[in-house]
Amino acid sequence: MEWGIFVALTAVAVGSALTVIVHRNPIYSAIALVVTFLCLGGYYILLQAQLVAAVHVIVYAGAIMVLFLFVIMLLDVRQEEGSRLRVGGVQLTLGTAAGTALLLLLWATMAAAPGGGPPPPLPKGNTQAVGYLLFTRYLLPFELTSLILLVAMVGALILAKRKVE
Amino acid sequence: MTEFLLVSLLKIVVVFGLLLLTVAYLTWAERKIIGDLQVRWGPSRVGPFGLLQPIADGIKLFFKEDLVPAGADRVIFLLAPVLSMIPALISFAVIPFGDTVHLFGRTIDLVITDINIGILYIFAVTSMGVYGVVLGGWASNSKYSLLGGLRSAAQMVSYEMSLGLSVVGVLMLSQSLSLVDIVNAQAGTWLGVIPRWNLFTQPLGFALFLVSANAELNRAPFDLPEAETELVAGFHTEYSSMKFAMFFMAEYANMITASAVATTLFLGGWRGPLLPPVVWFLLKVFAFLFLFIWLRATLPRFRYDQLMAFGWKVLLPLALANVVVTAAVLLGR
Repeated sequence: MEWGIFVALTAVAVGSALTVIVHRNPIYSAIALVVTFLCLGGYYILLQAQLVAAVHVIVYAGAIMVLFLFVIMLLDVRQEEGSRLRVGGVQLTLGTAAGTALLLLLWATMAAAPGGGPPPPLPKGNTQAVGYLLFTRYLLPFELTSLILLVAMVGALILAKRKVE
Repeated sequence: MTEFLLVSLLKIVVVFGLLLLTVAYLTWAERKIIGDLQVRWGPSRVGPFGLLQPIADGIKLFFKEDLVPAGADRVIFLLAPVLSMIPALISFAVIPFGDTVHLFGRTIDLVITDINIGILYIFAVTSMGVYGVVLGGWASNSKYSLLGGLRSAAQMVSYEMSLGLSVVGVLMLSQSLSLVDIVNAQAGTWLGVIPRWNLFTQPLGFALFLVSANAELNRAPFDLPEAETELVAGFHTEYSSMKFAMFFMAEYANMITASAVATTLFLGGWRGPLLPPVVWFLLKVFAFLFLFIWLRATLPRFRYDQLMAFGWKVLLPLALANVVVTAAVLLGR
């Protein structure tokens, strides 16, 4: 049953991910990206990481993509639909090279990872485990990440608030 | 396995059936209560006390012409009401509405499923509900709908923050994200009379939750996405027939879910003396529903800048302060 769910999720995830880059209408691309995020959430649940799944859906599918849609709707970027994207020789070469490099990296990572299925589920879920690790072993990276996000936010505000002469 | 599936399926059918029935009669209750509050009769013609009004409304909506405006994006226009209906219905799946019952020699928990991230599940599912409103507003190809959809997107994302932060205090007290555990953590009484509800330990969290939930529901005084005095009907201006009805039902189903979550988090869920647990649960939920209707009849609508300033400059700092104070008290204990 788990295998069946995995295959179905993968089919939808790959299909919607392709739609994101192929579709001419940016609104459809955004919706397809939401579907992709939901499928990724499904993977996390298959891996017994319910907390990560919920946070993933709340943050990416629920908040970030709504803002994406907001911007697309506000700018009303329908003109893209008519224009044809031309892919020249340079883009094709560089794109293929970058794609191959990424694929190799992915393959190497998967080959290096220990085999076997998902870890056994914790009796009380993994929320406590994640919280404990975040505030002990990974305290410094965790706090640094929040600081970086804050800096990015302040930077965006300064750029946006700059008066145009 | 078969028995588990059968019992779960039965629970889903019963809960969804009751949920939809309550949605239908909530529209009747809302019109009747607001009628009373405004010294009018409310529905009174169809059946005794107008009790058959929801059925008449349903039939009327069913036979109305199903319009798709010219220039609308057909696929998304049809998809949007569904997108807003599904999250509204499935978010009820983790709410415990009673203790266990014994039926035909089996013990059945009165909750569809108890998952260890229950409250996060509700937040995740309800945060999907905004897409129905936003996309419906965009796909209609009408400026009123688009403005309604845009407002809704900004409003939902802003108030989701204070909604999420307002329950953190409760989660810290209960040490769990499961709604069943949260109800169990509120068992017992202080001094033998006052129930150990989170309402008394988290009064600020409770107030913040109610205000933010009201804003998330797009109801007055936060009904900016459909402000009829300026936007005709906001995001659902172009919708008719059953597609309109689905937006309508989603709003009322969300209202019931919000009331049920407030009951579970702050009023001890189904716990109460003498009466059966399910009755207590329903009483508390109906009290919250009455409060939401009462608010709509009482308060005028916010202006858009007031709405944003209130959310970001009042609710969010208060919610953060509540988290810090709760943590400090828990540490000092």
